[in-house]
Amino acid sequence: MAKLGKDFIAIRDLPKAHLNYLLSQAKHFKTFFSRPNKQSPALRGKTIANIFFEPSTRTRSAFEMAGKMLGAGIMNLQMSATSINKGETIIDTVKNLHALGVDVLVVRHHIAGVPKMIADHIPIPVCNAGDGYNEHPTQGLLDIFTMLEHCKSLKDKHVTIVGDIKHSRVARSNIYGLTMLGAKVTVCGPPSLIPMGIESLGVKIETNLKKAITKADFINVLRIQIERQQSGHFPSLREYNEVFGITSHSLAYAPPHTIVMHPGPINRGVELSSEVIDSDRNVILDQVTNGIAVRMAVLFYLLTGAEA
Amino acid sequence: MRGNRFNAGQDARSNPSPGQEGSRVLILNGTVIDPSQNLNKKTDVLIEDGKIGSLEKLSAADRSSADEVIDAQGLWVFPGFVDIHVHFREPGNEGSETLATGSRAAARGGFTSVLVMPNTTPPIDTPEMVRWVSERAKDESLVDIYVCGAITVGRQGQQLTDMMRMRRVGAMAFSDDGDPVSNAFMMRQALEYAQLTGAPVMDHCEDHALSCGGCMNEGKIATLLGLSGIPHSSEDTIVARDLLLAEEFGGRIHICHISSGRSVELVRQFKARGVKVSCETAPHYFSVTDAMVQGYNTYAKMNPPLRESHDQAEIIRGLADGTIDAIATDHAPHHDDCKNLEFPSAAFGIIGLETSWALTYTQLVKTKKLSLDQAVSLLTHRPAGVIGVERGTLKVGSMANVTLVDAAQRWRLEPKHIASKSKNSPFYGWDLESKVMRTLYAGKTIYNA
Repeated sequence: MAKLGKDFIAIRDLPKAHLNYLLSQAKHFKTFFSRPNKQSPALRGKTIANIFFEPSTRTRSAFEMAGKMLGAGIMNLQMSATSINKGETIIDTVKNLHALGVDVLVVRHHIAGVPKMIADHIPIPVCNAGDGYNEHPTQGLLDIFTMLEHCKSLKDKHVTIVGDIKHSRVARSNIYGLTMLGAKVTVCGPPSLIPMGIESLGVKIETNLKKAITKADFINVLRIQIERQQSGHFPSLREYNEVFGITSHSLAYAPPHTIVMHPGPINRGVELSSEVIDSDRNVILDQVTNGIAVRMAVLFYLLTGAEA
Repeated sequence: MRGNRFNAGQDARSNPSPGQEGSRVLILNGTVIDPSQNLNKKTDVLIEDGKIGSLEKLSAADRSSADEVIDAQGLWVFPGFVDIHVHFREPGNEGSETLATGSRAAARGGFTSVLVMPNTTPPIDTPEMVRWVSERAKDESLVDIYVCGAITVGRQGQQLTDMMRMRRVGAMAFSDDGDPVSNAFMMRQALEYAQLTGAPVMDHCEDHALSCGGCMNEGKIATLLGLSGIPHSSEDTIVARDLLLAEEFGGRIHICHISSGRSVELVRQFKARGVKVSCETAPHYFSVTDAMVQGYNTYAKMNPPLRESHDQAEIIRGLADGTIDAIATDHAPHHDDCKNLEFPSAAFGIIGLETSWALTYTQLVKTKKLSLDQAVSLLTHRPAGVIGVERGTLKVGSMANVTLVDAAQRWRLEPKHIASKSKNSPFYGWDLESKVMRTLYAGKTIYNA
C-alpha cells in the first residue's frame, strides 16, 4: 500500500484504507493508557510545534499529551502573542519555525485553508487541528473511533449531527469520515445554519429534531456559538434550546440505545441539558480520552512515514 | 416608464488624434472584420495621418509610396479592442499597476481604448482628479485612457460628485466601482442627475449585507471548502433595484461585470421593456466556475465571484442573444503579496487584458457559441457605444486603431506573456487559440508579437 501523505489536512482527501489504518493504530495506542509506564520512545528526539491561532483547551492538550506519550518534545505557540501581531505573514512565521528545526506543525486557524497553505510552503508535515469551517480531521477521527467502541462497523448505522452545521468543521469531518465508512448521516438544525449544497456530500437534511433522531444510533451534538445568535442566524438561546436542544424530553424520540456525543465545550442548557450530560447516555469524556489515542496515531504516522 | 428628460451628451470630450502628419501605413492582404460596418472581406487598409484612409485593394503605386507596409496575409484585421472596465491603480497603488504598465498590458491584448475605474487612492471624484489622470495618461499611455468618475464623493455613497464639472474635463461614465451605491435613494438621484451629462451610471451590483463578508460564490464548493459564500441574490437584488429605478426615473444604467445567470435574465427582461440598460461580463465568468477555487486558489478570487455552470450557460446565452453588450475584463492587478495569503484575506480580482481575446475566441467562437462577428462586436463598437466614444471601428476617417490576430496560433499562457505589473491570472497553463500579433494605435505599432 502507498505511503501516507506528507500532511494530515482533511478526512475528505484521505483514502479509506488510510482512515482504517489510523483507526486501528489508535486502538493500539489506546492500550498504552492502561500500562504502568504510559510513555513510548517512538518519537524521541522529535519536536512538535502546536501553533494555535485560535483558543483551544481540549485539542491542544490532547496533542500535547499524545506527543509526550510518544516521547516527543512539544512547543506550544500562542499565536496572539507572537510576531503575527507585529504584521508578519503566516507563511513567513512558519518558515521561521521550520528554520528553528521543528519536525511537525500542528495548526489551528480560524480561516479555512490555512493548514493547507502552510503545508504548501514548508517541507515538514503539517497536521490540521481545525481550520475555520473546513475540517477538524482529528476530531472526526476521534468521534468515529468512539462510535466504533460501541459497534463493530458503521455500515448502515444512523448518525444524526445536530446544530450549527454551516459554521462547523466538526460536522464536515464527521460527514466525510462517516459516509466513507457507510454510515447514514442526517444533519439537523435551523435552516439558516444548514449550508447550501450539503446534501451533495451524501447526507440527509431534516430540520425536525424528533424526526431526525428516530432512528439514530448516535447523535453528535454541536456546540452552538453565542455569536451566531447575535448575527441573526437564530432568534434566541431559549428558542434554540426548545426546538433543537437534546434533553431527556427530546431524547424520548430516539431509540433507547442511542448514544449522545459532543465535541465540547458544552453550553449546558443550550444544546444539551444537564440531565443528559450527567447521564450514562453520553460518551463525551470517552471522546476526550480517545482524542489522545487518535492524535498519537496521526503524529506517529506523520513523523515516521509509516506505511499503511 | 419615462424616457430621459434632458439632452444627452452635452460637452462630451472630443479626443484629439495624435496621428503623425503625412504618414502612410499599409496593412495588406488581411481579412478585415469590422462589425460596426458589417465588413468581413479580404482587403487592404490604408492609414493616413493616423486615420483610416481607405479599405479598398491598393495598387502597386499606393504600395510604393508607403512609409510602412504590414503584411497581414493569413491574419484577421480588427478594430482595436475597447475595454470599459479596467483598474490601473494610479494614483495610489503604483506597486500593482500604473497607467504606463496597464497600457502596455492593453496593447499586448489588442486593446487600444480602456475606461479606468475611479477606485484609486485618492478616488477620481473631482474634476481635478479626472484632469490629472487624463493628463498623465497623455504622457504615459500607449492607448486611449478614458476616465470613469465616481458617483459619490469619496465613493462613500453620501453625496453626488460634481458630475457636470467632471464631464466637462472628460469623464465618460460614473461609477463607485468596487462598491455599489448602497442607498437606493442615492442611486435614484444619481440616475436622474447624470442624465444631464449623457454619460452612463455604472454600478457594481452587490448588497454588502447579503455578501456578509463572503469570499466566494455561496454553493456546494464553498460548503466543501468551509468558506463563507456570497449568494447570487447579493448581485441579483441590486441589479433588479437598479433596473426598477432606471425604469421609473430614467437615466442610463450600466450593470458591471455580470456573473449571475438570474441577473442576465433580469437585464433581458428590462431591455425588452425598453429600459435604457447595458451590461458587461468578464471572460472569467464565461470561461470557468467556482470549481476553480478548490485548493484555496486565490487567483480564482474576484468580486463578484466565479459562479456555477448554470450561470456560465446563461451568460453565454446573454452574449449570444445580445442581452450582454460588452466583454470587459475588470482587469484588477494585485501584487502577489496580496494574493499569497489565506483565502479570505487575499485581495479580490484578477488581471485580464492579455487573455481577453484568446479566451473569447477559445471559449466562445471556436466552440460556435458566438459567431466571430458577435465576438468582435462585444470587444469593439458595442462597448464603445456604452460610453459614447467613436472607437472600435475601422470606418474611413476614424482613428486607425487596429488589432491583427492570427487565428491559427495556439499558445500556452505563461507569466512571460503578461505585460501587466501584476501577474495574478488564474489561466496559466491554459492552451489558448488565436493570438494578438500586432496592435496599432493611430497608425503606430504599439505592440508587435
